[in-house]
Amino acid sequence: MCTLEKRGNLFILTLTGEDQHRFNPDLISSLLDLLSQVKAQATSGSVLITLAQGKFFSYGFDLDWAQAAGSERGAAKRLQDMADLFKPVIATLLSLPMPSIAAITGHAVAAGFTLALSHDYLIMRKDRGILWMPEVDIAVTLPDYINALFKEKIGDASVRRDLFLRGLKMKGDEAEKRGVVKAAYDGEAEVREASWHGEVYAEIRKGLYPQLSAILGLSHKVYAIARL
Amino acid sequence: MCTLEKRGNLFILTLTGEDRHLFNPDLISSLLKLLSQVKAQATCGSALITQAQGKFFSYGFDLDWAQAAGSEQGAVKRLQQMADLFKPVIATLLSLPMPTIAAITGHAVAAGFTLALSHDYLIMRKDRGILWMPEVDIALTLPDYINALFKEMIGDASVRRHLLLRGLKMKGDEAEKRGVVKAAYDGEAEVREASVCLAENLGKRKWHGEVYAEIRKGLYPQLSAILGLSHKVYAIARL
Repeated sequence: MCTLEKRGNLFILTLTGEDQHRFNPDLISSLLDLLSQVKAQATSGSVLITLAQGKFFSYGFDLDWAQAAGSERGAAKRLQDMADLFKPVIATLLSLPMPSIAAITGHAVAAGFTLALSHDYLIMRKDRGILWMPEVDIAVTLPDYINALFKEKIGDASVRRDLFLRGLKMKGDEAEKRGVVKAAYDGEAEVREASWHGEVYAEIRKGLYPQLSAILGLSHKVYAIARL
Repeated sequence: MCTLEKRGNLFILTLTGEDRHLFNPDLISSLLKLLSQVKAQATCGSALITQAQGKFFSYGFDLDWAQAAGSEQGAVKRLQQMADLFKPVIATLLSLPMPTIAAITGHAVAAGFTLALSHDYLIMRKDRGILWMPEVDIALTLPDYINALFKEMIGDASVRRHLLLRGLKMKGDEAEKRGVVKAAYDGEAEVREASVCLAENLGKRKWHGEVYAEIRKGLYPQLSAILGLSHKVYAIARL
């Protein structure tokens, strides 16, 4: 389902398995649990990378589980339950005391796209994978916190319109060009590699603001083995 | 003044005549009435195109009618009246249960630009016509709902500043480049054709109109609040 690994200053949160990593109540609980652990173990210099195995980052809420309720009303309730359970996950990411990077090597759809967008930096594949909000096509409205997230993370009103009102399936190069992701690379390995260097990124950023870093009590680490 | 036509799934709202299509109380009432008809007749796959004949999309509120009040106080009152009458037009467009396109083949000024901006997609001429908010030049402030509309529809703060604080007359190619319109074309026929093409493509998606409107309102929360629009949750996914 999902695992947490620590490598030096990096916290690596992985959605495991080759499936669609659908957010059902169990997976949402696990995510919340692991993110709370990350928050608890944070030190200055920590960085979070969230990634996924297989062809999907995540395809969003588990609509099959919702429908298994057996009635329209039951399905609507289960969907609402998942939206309510997911809100603290987003809240925890927004308040995480470290830079966060989403390494998007597969399709990030609906709540999956939402999870990715809750990170500070999005890195995506150019050659595979889409960002997609299909709610307009499946005729469901969005929870208030998801509307607010997109509004505040994506400044360009026409991008938001294309994503929400047109249900645009956005590929990596367009996402990079229109500012939805920080960068897009060809290939899964390239995306992961760019993300590892998030730790270096954090160090470089701190180097830009030495007085601020000192006042904030941030420690420094030297990376001297250049990627040549 | 204005007419409504239905062509298959397309609703076509036209500001008729070669004049400046100034929004006086009569025209504003007619617009509201026709848009309410569109809302009532909406089905899955509907789309709206708003367009105008002649050299003007619309030059905004009828300031001549305002001044005909005979006194400064009277003119101010008439201007306020038109702004108040116009607000439900914008509210209806924001909650219209279908995709909306403004085909801007002439000048869209002040309330005229506002009307266009209340559509999901703006298509404009490159070779003729401007978008212009002259309020700074004629020393008038903007109603709250128009401020909110510009803020939420145009994300780029420097573009908003140029339009509202600098009274920039924006031509089609700049409007397209700066994201104020979706696309700009050379020629009136090209704009109309592109609008119909876009409307048909959007209509083919067969979106659930009420949900589409709810998602639109969710995109513009502050504007929706000022317009007094209610919200409804749709939780039963169409799978």
